[in-house]
Amino acid sequence: MRAVDGRIWLILPALLLLAAAFLVPVGWLLSRAFTFPEPGLQNFTLLWERPVYMRVMMNTVMISAIVTPVTVLLAFPVAHLMAHGSARLRRWLTFLVLVPFWTSLLVRAFATAILLQRHGIVNSFLIGFGFIEEPLPLLYNMTGLLAGCVQVLLPFVIFPLYSSMARIDPAYMRAAATLGASPMRAFLRVYLPLTLPGLVTGATLVFISTLGYYIIPALLGGARQQMIAQLIQDQIAAFGNWGVAGALSLVLLAITGAMVALLHFTVGLKEIAR
Amino acid sequence: MNADGMTPWRLVRGTLVIMVAVFLLAPLAVVVIISFSAAPFLQFPPPGFSLRWYDLLFSTPAWTNSLWVSVQLFVPSSILATILGTAASYGLVRGRVPGASFITACLMLPIIVPGMITAAALFGVYRGLGLNGTLTGLIIGHTVLHIPYVVATVSSALRVQDVQLEQAAATLGAPPWATFRHVTLPLIMPAVMSALLISMILSFDELIVSLFVSSARVRPVAVQMWSNLLGDFDPTIAAIASVCFLFALLVMAADLALRGRSPRIG
Amino acid sequence: MASAVLELAGVRKRYDSVVAVDDVDLALETGEFLTLLGPSGSGKTTTLMMVAGLQQPDAGRIMLNGVSVANLPPYRRDVGMVFQNYALFPHMTVRRNVAFPLEMRGTPAAELARLVDDALALVKLPDHGERLPKQLSGGQQQRVALARAMVYRPALLLMDEPLGALDRKLREQLQLEIKRVHRERSISVLYVTHDQEEALTMSDRIAVFNKGRIEQIGTPEELYDRPATRFVASFIGDTNLIGGRVLGVADGVCEVETAAGRIAASARTPIEAGAAVVVAVRPERVVLVPVRMAGTGLEGVIIEQVFLGTSRKYVVRLTDGTEVVVLRPISDPPFEQAAPAVRVSWAPDKATAFSG
Repeated sequence: MRAVDGRIWLILPALLLLAAAFLVPVGWLLSRAFTFPEPGLQNFTLLWERPVYMRVMMNTVMISAIVTPVTVLLAFPVAHLMAHGSARLRRWLTFLVLVPFWTSLLVRAFATAILLQRHGIVNSFLIGFGFIEEPLPLLYNMTGLLAGCVQVLLPFVIFPLYSSMARIDPAYMRAAATLGASPMRAFLRVYLPLTLPGLVTGATLVFISTLGYYIIPALLGGARQQMIAQLIQDQIAAFGNWGVAGALSLVLLAITGAMVALLHFTVGLKEIAR
Repeated sequence: MNADGMTPWRLVRGTLVIMVAVFLLAPLAVVVIISFSAAPFLQFPPPGFSLRWYDLLFSTPAWTNSLWVSVQLFVPSSILATILGTAASYGLVRGRVPGASFITACLMLPIIVPGMITAAALFGVYRGLGLNGTLTGLIIGHTVLHIPYVVATVSSALRVQDVQLEQAAATLGAPPWATFRHVTLPLIMPAVMSALLISMILSFDELIVSLFVSSARVRPVAVQMWSNLLGDFDPTIAAIASVCFLFALLVMAADLALRGRSPRIG
Repeated sequence: MASAVLELAGVRKRYDSVVAVDDVDLALETGEFLTLLGPSGSGKTTTLMMVAGLQQPDAGRIMLNGVSVANLPPYRRDVGMVFQNYALFPHMTVRRNVAFPLEMRGTPAAELARLVDDALALVKLPDHGERLPKQLSGGQQQRVALARAMVYRPALLLMDEPLGALDRKLREQLQLEIKRVHRERSISVLYVTHDQEEALTMSDRIAVFNKGRIEQIGTPEELYDRPATRFVASFIGDTNLIGGRVLGVADGVCEVETAAGRIAASARTPIEAGAAVVVAVRPERVVLVPVRMAGTGLEGVIIEQVFLGTSRKYVVRLTDGTEVVVLRPISDPPFEQAAPAVRVSWAPDKATAFSG
């Protein structure tokens, strides 16, 4: 259809903007890894040799690796209830999950910080009910960071997981039962594998997001939880070291890209289900 | 799963869900409550009720200026992102473009690439162009960041819509633009509006790119909040956070309302 | 031909390695109802789409009222199209749907209102103007689609399996509706369907498609009684197919030797003596007599008799195992015995021999 071919031009403005305001700048930044202050691979050798860089990079991956299972574990019962509860329950739960989802990251991180202070609600609650005597240090450490990340990322797992669960035909579980499987075995052997697409999608989203986080570790984490994004900001704002910043960005992108590729090859990239 | 009363699993599940619910909502509730606190520190529960922080918020130039900057930022960038994204979606879904899925993947990149990288990249390139600390620079950055959301939303609506409707319009004598205006657009309007609202919220909340590209004079609300958080803070922060939260709720409500109504032209 | 509203010459279309439409020639006279009939994937819908302009041919000419449409996009061709899924604009009322093509043509308001009223009256839905499509039944929606496609008096009406989504009773009703509209307006119609009964009922002429080619174009009677190919013979109506070898051909009639006996059939395509052929004969053209009576034909045994009210159906197993279905009017005396031995025969001009 001749008229259809003309429609290609509609894509152009968005593509041009993308190229000019995203692809080119990011490409430029990444190229600085190889060209600042001099052409060569020194920046990468620096990353490899200086312990602080390796430590932060490994920290980042480790933190993501901790946040991911915790988030998935907590998301599971919520998604399950949404998928198998009454329609009314499902509406409430959807609302419950969407409201924080739409609230800015900053506000939620800030709010979480307030709760976790030494004199914040959580500690007051625990002390008041006699669980502990001294306030626990819940902020500016791994606990605070974990709490913040999980808080923000729960919806990213709940929705794809719910999606997968809602698609499971109840006939499968019934069949498993009639075939002699105990509820636990039916769950492990039948249900869980069927939720895998949603689970893997959600887990990957959490992992990728956590890798690149800046605000949450800055607000809720301590010095020992410093992540790559903070390092990048440091290098630019404090030292003007675009070369190292570029190298760090490249590493971050590489890890993110690898995870996305993994997701694509295991599940297929038809997500972004909102 | 079956419906047989309170099994141990259900008890565990119910408890976990309640815990998660509290975990998700409590922080927001606390923030809103503290914003009405009579005391100048973030104590919970607050000693008394007061509107002074909201008062302070709307009378401090730093805050009012940043709110104005935010408005000047999210309105044009969300409109621009919606227009460009909708056009691109239409071209990708309806046009027979070779490599359409590759192009779509490219358009999705700003979501996949960590915000810090995009922010640093824009900051670096803007230095040479003198766009740092300008509204234009911010608008461009935000538009690019939010086009993927528009494309995702509008594309999926277009895909669901029957292409035969457009074919019928063509055989009935409608040139392509008339078809788009009278048939396609009205039918995808809920998705387009959704995309607009999503972009608005994302722009209002956006911190990282704004952080790099702002200056002392041109800074949106999120950046103002950030600099306050790093210094001494009082419940004014809770007040502005509540305003942001309220904004988000309003936008969500608008989206729900718009989505519920199907278009009708008679 | 001055009176041909549509002409296709050498039209071809391929998708990757599949040839969807292969060298199609076709002419539609003004006021004629021509049906493109064939199984799925035979190229009939693709051909229709090319006439509408929704797809482009790779080769060949398409002429509408003597003018080539090669460079005309669909919105500049003088056609109206009705789709299988109605394609009514869901966000517009019935009136606005029907008025849409007139708006596109800039028809002034008063005349537009009049034409819309006319069109709705034509399809017998005068009071449904303010309803939305989703408030109408399938049959009503299709009638609105028909009104919409005709309101601006296009030169040619295209219909792509319009009744496919409806149930049988509704389909029959609408077939009559469409024919009535066709008669009242004397509009030229190009109709696509895979339902051969529908084609036989509604058409002035039928073009039978198979694998992208037209096997035969003719009136329903011609296709039924004088099929040009084996495919047409078996696609239209019920046919018996009996294999054999040609003994001789004379005056268009060939003598065929089969394992169960000798029969004669018309040869409308060149066939040589000694060639293997398949004879196609309709069940109602077969004559059934007890074997002890004199005469020629194929011998066999009745293995099934079914009473159908106005006729009786017999299944005869010939001595070589081939089964022949025979339909006799109820006035013919029935066969008394359990498995009577019979002889089947027919007039040569009522059967056709095809090579292969």
